[in-house]
Amino acid sequence: MACCTICLERVVTVNKKRIYPQWFLIIPLVLYICFFLFPSILGVLYSFTDWNARSAMTGINFVGLQNYTEIFTSNKDYVSGILHTLSFTVVSNMIKLVPALLLAIMLQEGLRGKGLYRTLLYLPSILPFVIIGLVFKSILNYNTGLLNMVLDALHLGILKQKWLSDLNVVWKSIYGVDAWRGIGYVMTIFLAGLNTIPKSYYEAAQIDGANFWQRIRHITLPMLTGAIMINLVFGITYGLKVFDIIYVLTNGGPGHATEVMTTYSYQLYSSGQYGMSTALNTILLGITAFIGIMVVRVMSKKEVQQ
Amino acid sequence: MKKNIQNILKQLVCIVLCLAVVVPFYMVLINSFKSKSEAARMSLALPKEWLFSNYVEVIEKGKLIQGFSNSLSYALTATIVAVISCAMASFVICRKPTKLNVFIYYFVLCGLFFPVNYVTLVKVLNFFHLTDNKPGIIIAFTSAMIPFCIFTIRNFILSVPIELDEAAVIDGAGPIELFFRIIVPLLKPTLVTCFILQFMGVWSDFLTPLYLSSSSKLFPMTMAVYQFFGKNKSYWNYIFADIILTCIPVIIVYMLGQKYIVGGMTSGAVKE
Repeated sequence: MACCTICLERVVTVNKKRIYPQWFLIIPLVLYICFFLFPSILGVLYSFTDWNARSAMTGINFVGLQNYTEIFTSNKDYVSGILHTLSFTVVSNMIKLVPALLLAIMLQEGLRGKGLYRTLLYLPSILPFVIIGLVFKSILNYNTGLLNMVLDALHLGILKQKWLSDLNVVWKSIYGVDAWRGIGYVMTIFLAGLNTIPKSYYEAAQIDGANFWQRIRHITLPMLTGAIMINLVFGITYGLKVFDIIYVLTNGGPGHATEVMTTYSYQLYSSGQYGMSTALNTILLGITAFIGIMVVRVMSKKEVQQ
Repeated sequence: MKKNIQNILKQLVCIVLCLAVVVPFYMVLINSFKSKSEAARMSLALPKEWLFSNYVEVIEKGKLIQGFSNSLSYALTATIVAVISCAMASFVICRKPTKLNVFIYYFVLCGLFFPVNYVTLVKVLNFFHLTDNKPGIIIAFTSAMIPFCIFTIRNFILSVPIELDEAAVIDGAGPIELFFRIIVPLLKPTLVTCFILQFMGVWSDFLTPLYLSSSSKLFPMTMAVYQFFGKNKSYWNYIFADIILTCIPVIIVYMLGQKYIVGGMTSGAVKE
């Protein structure tokens, strides 16, 4: 980052306007504003209307906060969808981050076959969610699924579950599938972070008599702040927007036990209640915007310091 | 001695985890060659008879050729447009850090977090007559990947020495020449990373086409598979064959671009 200040001094000599034309920004900026940001803002406005499938005939009317009151008070349980989204974000991240970190540390210490393990463990995270959902729908099937079959073969029949239809188990199954897909990805980012820590730090600590946990606590974790940060950012935004895996695995069921905000929002959209759908989306936007602004703040502060 | 036991334990953990990844793949692959009744049992045994015809059948019934060409055209066009235009934008943002440009950078960065509001996006696309056609879907994909591309590419440009620009300008290069002949070759690693990650992202995406394509002519492979599953719930042999065919392209891209994925994914985060 130090190079930047040097650059700044030097570049004064060149005509910036001519060699860095502002029109280079046009395409991304126009697309981003028109087809990303503008719909979001429009969504906020429409969330105060009764916009629905019949609006072509009756027109769209301003209804104030009616959509929001319906979300928070109706018996349709939208609130539980919001809570599910939040708890999914927290739990799925914890389930992935901690084992992935331990795994990364283990691999980093030089294990034979490290490259192969890394390639294989990363593989699930590139596959489409729909595919993973379908595969696990078959694996978690109560009668013919692979998981129950393996449990039977190991004489662990007591552990057999109705993985996707039992209310007490279904979230655990979703977390399991999500971790199956995501751990390799999180681990890869941790591995890249671990690679930047100089070996000499560990050697010095070892000479000072620090044990394994002390080394992790005082060297690894502080040096990994960047990697942890990026994992958290990716993980949180992913968790808040989660849709595919739940849609394919359970479609919100059994009953409404696994609905999240995005699945509710899609349901409302397909039943023509556009105003309600955008209201739900606006709440999600509010949550993500709050978290996003905090993260961008932290990041920009860091850059200023550098 | 203690070290040895530790190593064996570690290898065991890794092998078990890798098995957990590989066995589902194996199950899908092996069952895709079985007959309907055999595949319904989903066992890990080899098929009694290898039915390669399952694949032929699925390609016809599942409209996979159409799905494949749709997916390919969405992913290629959207990604190429986004990567090139974002590289140009990040170049100017990075080299000319005026107040406006710094603001634009953080303004675009907010898009990393925001969810796309598909309901109103459909309305906006409708206004431009872009609903239910390919350009509309491609534009939606391109717009959604802009924040990530700008973020990643800008971080990389920070490390490209500015002296190169000066030298090129002194030699009489204009902005377009400077960018495409001097800067782009240097950006190759990060551009390839962005391209691969976003290509795979579009290939895997399900939500965008779910909202934006109402006719099955526009379905990418993921949608085609899901629709096929809905229609043929008991034909697991076909479904598995369909799954294999959908996965192959991403796996090939992954194998070819592996070093770029791992290196580039983290470039923004970990270099501190």
